[in-house]
Amino acid sequence: MLELVVFSTLNGLLYGMLLFLLASGLTLIFSMMGVLNFAHASFYMLGAYFGFQISRYVGYWPGLVLAPLLVGSIGALIERFGLRAVHRHGHVAELLFTFGLAFIIEEVVQMVWGKIPVDYRIPDLLNFSAFTLFETTFPAFRMFMLLMSAATFLGLLLLLTRTRVGLIIQAALAHPNMVGMLGHNVPLVFMLVFGVGCGLAALAGVIAGPALVTQPAMAASLGPILFVVVVVGGLGSLSGAFVASLLIGLIQTFAVALNISLADVMAPLGVSLTRESFAGDLWMATVAQVAPIIPYLLLVLVLIFRPHGLMGNRDT
Amino acid sequence: MSSAVNTPALQLVDLHKSFGVTPIIRGVTLEVPLHERHAIIGPNGAGKSTLFHLVSGRFPLTSGQVRLKGEDITGMPPYLISRRGLSRSFQVTNIFPRLNVYENIRCSVLWSLGYRYSFWHLVERLRDARERAELILDQIHLADRRDVQAGLLSYAEQRALEIGITIASGADVIMLDEPTAGMSRSETEHAVALIRRVSEGKTLVVVEHDMSVVFDLADRISVLVYGEVIATDTPERIRANPAVQEAYLGTVAEPEHDHA
Amino acid sequence: MSPIARYAPWIGAAVVLIALPHVFSSGASITMMSLMGFAIIFALSYNMLLGQTGMLSFGHAVYYGLGGFITAHALNIIGAGKLPVPLPILPLVGGLAGLSFAILFGWVSTKRAGTVFAMISLGVGELVAACSLILRGFFGGEGGISTSRTATLQLFGVSFGPQVQVYYLIAAWCLACAAAMFAFTRTPMGRMCNAVRDNPERAEYVGYSTQMVRYIAFCISGLFAGVAGGLAAIHYEIVTASVVGAGPSGFVLLMTYIGGVAFFIGPIIGAVLMTALQISLSDYTGAWQLYVGLMFILVVIYAPGGLAGLLLMHRPLVRTGTLTRLLPSYALAAVPALTLFAGAVLLIETSHHLLVKASEGPNMHALWISYDATSPAAWAGIVALLAIGFLAFRRTWPIVSNAWNEAAIEARRRLGQ
Repeated sequence: MLELVVFSTLNGLLYGMLLFLLASGLTLIFSMMGVLNFAHASFYMLGAYFGFQISRYVGYWPGLVLAPLLVGSIGALIERFGLRAVHRHGHVAELLFTFGLAFIIEEVVQMVWGKIPVDYRIPDLLNFSAFTLFETTFPAFRMFMLLMSAATFLGLLLLLTRTRVGLIIQAALAHPNMVGMLGHNVPLVFMLVFGVGCGLAALAGVIAGPALVTQPAMAASLGPILFVVVVVGGLGSLSGAFVASLLIGLIQTFAVALNISLADVMAPLGVSLTRESFAGDLWMATVAQVAPIIPYLLLVLVLIFRPHGLMGNRDT
Repeated sequence: MSSAVNTPALQLVDLHKSFGVTPIIRGVTLEVPLHERHAIIGPNGAGKSTLFHLVSGRFPLTSGQVRLKGEDITGMPPYLISRRGLSRSFQVTNIFPRLNVYENIRCSVLWSLGYRYSFWHLVERLRDARERAELILDQIHLADRRDVQAGLLSYAEQRALEIGITIASGADVIMLDEPTAGMSRSETEHAVALIRRVSEGKTLVVVEHDMSVVFDLADRISVLVYGEVIATDTPERIRANPAVQEAYLGTVAEPEHDHA
Repeated sequence: MSPIARYAPWIGAAVVLIALPHVFSSGASITMMSLMGFAIIFALSYNMLLGQTGMLSFGHAVYYGLGGFITAHALNIIGAGKLPVPLPILPLVGGLAGLSFAILFGWVSTKRAGTVFAMISLGVGELVAACSLILRGFFGGEGGISTSRTATLQLFGVSFGPQVQVYYLIAAWCLACAAAMFAFTRTPMGRMCNAVRDNPERAEYVGYSTQMVRYIAFCISGLFAGVAGGLAAIHYEIVTASVVGAGPSGFVLLMTYIGGVAFFIGPIIGAVLMTALQISLSDYTGAWQLYVGLMFILVVIYAPGGLAGLLLMHRPLVRTGTLTRLLPSYALAAVPALTLFAGAVLLIETSHHLLVKASEGPNMHALWISYDATSPAAWAGIVALLAIGFLAFRRTWPIVSNAWNEAAIEARRRLGQ
C-alpha cells in the first residue's frame, strides 16, 4: 500500500510537472497574444522527434539544448510569417490556424519518421534505477525528468520575477495593450514569447520522449488533456495551470493504479453485478480503465461549479 | 408595490461599486419619476458609464439596490432587465455589424413582440415585426439605408442606429450613454430632436457632456463627481449651484461656451 | 422575392439530385455521391454553430457518431424482432439520438463561449471517444456495431440493397435537411443566432439570453448531425468508435471552413469537394491529408470566406458585366500560380516518395512525369519551379489586385451605390 502511494505520488508529480511545463508555455502565449496555440502539443512532439534524431548522431545530451532551440526558432518563424498574417482576422481564425498547423505537423512527422514509434533511448548515463522500495524500482531517468521539470519551472519563475524582460512579460500578461503603448516592440516580443513557448514544449518533449513512447500520435493524445488543464486552471492563470496540472497528474496516476470496479465494491455488500447485468459495462469497468476520462470528468465538474476555472479571472 | 402613478420609474438606493479595493461608485441614491427626462453630468472618471452598467446589469453591485418601476432588479442579468422594460444605448457603438440596418432593428423587436426563441415562425411573414421595425427606421431616418450592412454605416448613422436598437423594444425606461459623442453641431441637433421625439411618454435617463444638449433636453439634472451625486435639481438651479460650478461647470457658467 | 425565385433553387436541386445517378452511373460514382449526401448534412449542421452562431466546436462528431450508433442498434433491434418499420424513417432515430445527447451535453458545453467553448467541445469529444473502450456493449469494442439495412419493412419492393436505392434515400434526406436548416436561418431564432455571433453583449440587451440561444442552436445542430450519422450507419452498415473521435470532428471543420462559413452554400461546396478529394486524391498520392491541411491553412490566411466567399464575391461583377475586365489579369497570374503549385506538389510527392516509399526504388511518377527522386537535376527543377513561381506570382499579384479594385468600383457605380 505504501509502495503504491509513494510511487504513484512520484509518478503523479512527474506527470503533473510535465503537464505544467507544457501548460505554462501555452498560458504565456495565450496571456500575451490572446491566441490558444492548438499546435502546442505538436511542438512537444517535434521536440521529442528532433531530440531523437539528434541522439542518433551525437547522443541524448546535445539534444536537450539543440532541440528546444531548433523548435523554438521554427515557432518564432511560424509566428512571424503565419500567425501574424492571421491576427487581423480575429481569435477564431488564429485558433483555426494553429489547428491547421497541428494537422500539418502530424502529417509531416508521419511522413518523415513513419507511423510506428521510434526508439528514443534513455541515455546510458541515466539508465539505472535510482532506488528500490518494496521490490519496485524507480528509474533514475524519471528522477532526472522530475528534476529537469522543477528546474525549468524555477528558471521560469526567476525569469519572470527577477529580470527586466520578465517584468515586461508579467505586465503584458495583465495588460497586453498597455505594454505596446509604452513603446516596447510588441511584434518582436510576440515572436520571442511564441518561440520560447514552443521551445518549452519541445524541452518537455526531449525530457519525456525516451520515457514515454515517441510516436506521431503523442501530440493528439496529450493535446486534449493539456487544454483541459488550462481550462480547469482558469484560462490565463499560471498558478491555476500549476494547480490543475498537479491535480490531474496525481489523480490520473493514482487512478491507473487502482484495479477496482464498482462491481468489486458492491460485492462485499452482497450485490452481484456482472457484465451481463443491465449496464454491465459500467459496473465492470475498473478505475484504471476509467482513468483516461477522468480529466474530462473533472472538466465537466469544474464547468458546472466554477465556470471560470479554479483560478481564472480573465474573460476570453 | 405602491400605486403605478406614484412609483418612480427608476430608483437607485445607496449604490456602491468597487473594483478590487478601488471604490468607483460611493453611495448613489437617485429617483427618476415616471416620464421625466433626467440627465446625468459630471467630469470624466466620475463613474457615469459605470453607473449605467450597474443599473443595466452589466456589472454586479458591491452593495445597494436598483428598482425598476418598483420591482427590485438588483443582480439581474441584462436580458431579464431588458425584458422588464429598461433599455440602454452604449457610448461606444454596440450594433450587429454584419447584419443590415433593417435586421439590426428587427432583432431588437423580436422579444418584445413575444417571438422569443421561436424557430417555427418565418421572420419574413411576421407583419408586426416588419411594421414595427419600419416604424423605428422612419423615426431614426435610416429607412433609405435599410439594406446597408451596419458595419459600413457612417459614424453618425451608427449612432442613430444605436438609438434605434435601444428604443425598438418599446421599453418605457430608456437610458442613453453619451448619444451625441463625437458628433458635429448639426448632427447633434438632429440627434437631440430624435431623442426628444422618441422619449415622448417615456422615462429618459441620459449621460451627456454637451451642456447645450443637457440644458435643452433635461427636466432635471444630477451631477456625479467621484462616484457621488453632489446635486440633483432643475437645470437653472444646477447652473446656479456653487458646488456644481466649482466641481464641473467653472465659475462663470455660460452654457453656450460649455461644449464637451 | 417572388415565390418562383424563392423555390426555384430547391426544385432545381431536386432535379439535379434525381438526375445525377443517370449521368454518373458507375458504382464508384454513386457511392461517392452517397457519401457526399450525408457529408453535406453534417457540414451544414456544423455551420449552424460556426458560421451562424459563431461557435467553434472541435467535438461535433460526438452527435454524428452517437446518432450512427443508435441508428445501428435500432436497425438491429428491428431486424431481430422483425418490427414493421421501413428504412427511410431510421435517420430520424439518429436525429433524435443526436438531439438527446446535445440536450444532455449542451448545457454544460455552452456555459462558456469562444475559445473556452472550443476547448470544452474538445474535452467532451475526447470523453465520449474514451468511453468507447469502457462501454463495450454500446460501442461494440474494436469491431464496432454491424447492421443490415435490408432487415427492415420493405415497401413497394424497395429493399435498399442496391447502392443506388441508398443514394436516393440519402439524397431525399439531404434535400429535406438542407431545406429545414435553410428555413431555420429565416426564423427569429436563426436571426438571433446571427445577432449573438455578431455581438453577444448587445443581444443580451435586446432581451435574449445568449446562453439559451447558443444552447438551442447547439441542440438543433446536434439533431441534424445525428441524422447525418444515421445515414452513414445505413450506408456503411457498420459503425465503429472512431466515428465519434477527433478524426471526423476535425474533418467536418476543415470541410466547412474551406467551403466557406459565411454563406449557406459554403458547407455544401466544402462537403462535395472534400469528399471527392478524400476518395479520389488518396488514389494518386499518399500525402493527400497533407494537401488538405495546406489548403486549409491557405484558406485561413488568405481567404477566410472560403471557396464560397471567393466565388460569391464575383457576384456583383457578374451582374454588371464587369467580370470580363478581370479575366486577362487572372490569366496572367495563373501562370506563376500554377508554376508555384506544380513546384509544391513535386516537392511533397518527391519527399513522400523518398521518405515513405524508399523501398520502391528511386524512380517515381508524379504530375505526368517520370523521374529519379534522388537525382540532383530533379531537385534543382523543383527548387527552380518554386522560386520562379513565387517571385513571378509576387510580381503579378498587384496587377490582379488593381484590376479587381477597378472592376469592383465600376460594378458599384453601375449598381448605383
